[in-house]
Amino acid sequence: MSIDKDTAARVAKLARIKVEEDALPALAQEFNTILGFIEQLNEVDVEGIEPMTSVTPQRLKRRVDEVTDGNQQDKVLKNAPDAREGFFAVPKVVE
Amino acid sequence: MTDLNTLGLAEARDKLRAKEITSVDLTQACLDAAEASGALNAFVHHTPDIALAQAKAADARLATGDAHDMCGLPLGIKDLFCTKGVASQAGSAILEGFKPEYESTITQNLFDAGAVMLGKLNMDEFAMGSSNETSVYGNAVSPWRRGNDDTALTPGGSSGGSAAAVAADLCLAATGTDTGGSIRQPAAFTGTVGIKPTYGRCSRWGVVAFASSLDQAGPMTKSVRDAAIMLEAMAGHDAKDSTSAELAVPNFEAMLTGDIRGKKIGIPKEYHMDGMPEDIEALWAQGREMLKAAGAEIVDISLPHTKYALPAYYVIAPAEASSNLARYDGVRYGHRANLAAGDGITEMYEKTRAEGFGHEVQRRVMVGTYVLSAGFYDAYYNRARRVRALIKRDFEQVFAAGIDAILTPATPSAAFGLGEMDNEDPVKMYLNDVFTVTVNLAGLPGISVPTGVDHQGLPLGLQLIGRPWEEGDLLNTAYALETAAGFVAKPGKWW
Repeated sequence: MSIDKDTAARVAKLARIKVEEDALPALAQEFNTILGFIEQLNEVDVEGIEPMTSVTPQRLKRRVDEVTDGNQQDKVLKNAPDAREGFFAVPKVVE
Repeated sequence: MTDLNTLGLAEARDKLRAKEITSVDLTQACLDAAEASGALNAFVHHTPDIALAQAKAADARLATGDAHDMCGLPLGIKDLFCTKGVASQAGSAILEGFKPEYESTITQNLFDAGAVMLGKLNMDEFAMGSSNETSVYGNAVSPWRRGNDDTALTPGGSSGGSAAAVAADLCLAATGTDTGGSIRQPAAFTGTVGIKPTYGRCSRWGVVAFASSLDQAGPMTKSVRDAAIMLEAMAGHDAKDSTSAELAVPNFEAMLTGDIRGKKIGIPKEYHMDGMPEDIEALWAQGREMLKAAGAEIVDISLPHTKYALPAYYVIAPAEASSNLARYDGVRYGHRANLAAGDGITEMYEKTRAEGFGHEVQRRVMVGTYVLSAGFYDAYYNRARRVRALIKRDFEQVFAAGIDAILTPATPSAAFGLGEMDNEDPVKMYLNDVFTVTVNLAGLPGISVPTGVDHQGLPLGLQLIGRPWEEGDLLNTAYALETAAGFVAKPGKWW
């Protein structure tokens, strides 16, 4: 599998990272190096092996579905780059 | 009198209890050492006011005679741990200015035990790196040098600041985290001890996430005994981390008898790598002899899927990272890019993440995005998770056959020079974790013990891998190795 410039651009878009047009060929090349390394996994016989979901065999613990925290609006907003009137502020998303 | 900052945790604890020293004096000695260590760039945020307040409280508690082992002992904290009101940036520009409103469970556990925080320590950005060269704060520098050569060397990574600070006696011990080797590799590079506990032994709550199924925190210390003391204080079940184990934490220090007679130590043949330096081969052979002389039985074993651990890791870790790091969007915390007229929310995300993430982090997030994308999920991500199951099975089989611990080199080389890998492809850097990454994939405990020096006088470490949840037994084997190796070398002070 070889990654071209267009695929690199699509991945950057999916990852929401702006990559300048002129940086795409080098990025595609890096992806190819890493994916070439990963390709070794195709040598392994994984027939009948389930993908690992949890490294230690454990069931997720259940708990009562109840509110245990809250009323900390000021703390939640404290680190926001732009907070106004009790909300996170972002550029306009609806025309 | 010895400079107080050169003490280890156990010695300092004993002196505090015997009222030979106070925590305030001990803390001040470390603060002074940290203050004068700018050339190492290990401490990136100093917190002297917090440290001295905690030290005074610790002295008061010690005076009552009711104090935990960690009480009054000054530590450095890796920047990955959220510490309330104190910058916690994970070495990234995207968390510039972020001051958590909460405390990570591990630092809270340490503070509850009376430990003192000197400040935050340098690291690779989001713990992605093996040389501390991807940090927004710049490189951390090892206190070690190659003889009289003044080439700046890496302290390893990602916990490079932690390793440099402990090796240079800027603190008594430090916290680290390990996703693929980030505690054990820097420990090996700096002549210090680092243990990655079993996955689930320490809470991940409040530790900035990189790859959640692999991340574990652990102590980085000057001795195995210190590691036992500090791990006990860090570990334990936490309702806020659903993967933390509901198991009692034993008194690890009490398990350090040094008696390993009859223990079966496995030597995996797959860890003999082509082109491995002679120094490392020789060290490994010496380690085998030391454990044998201490009464252990040395057994040749095979872990056949070892070769596939790094490629599996470089699917799984980036996949989890791409998901975890999606939260850095310029909305809730940290950096937001300046926007041009007409930019919408998508441009805000894209510009913010391009400016805030460094090159290696961007690369891994995008690789992760790719392997999780439609059409490739099965071929890459699911296949890697299957290989991971096989890697874990390799270990289960040798443990089922009676092996108590596995001895391997910790790293494939001694510390290299900062910048020496700049022109290599990224995979070359990834090879640093070749001996450590299997342990994360299998969720096992692993410890790096300084065991010797190479022909240039640089420290080298051996790794011991233990059975799940048996950190006590692992620490005891490490203690026997440490005792036999008698590693005492220290870097000469040049900074």
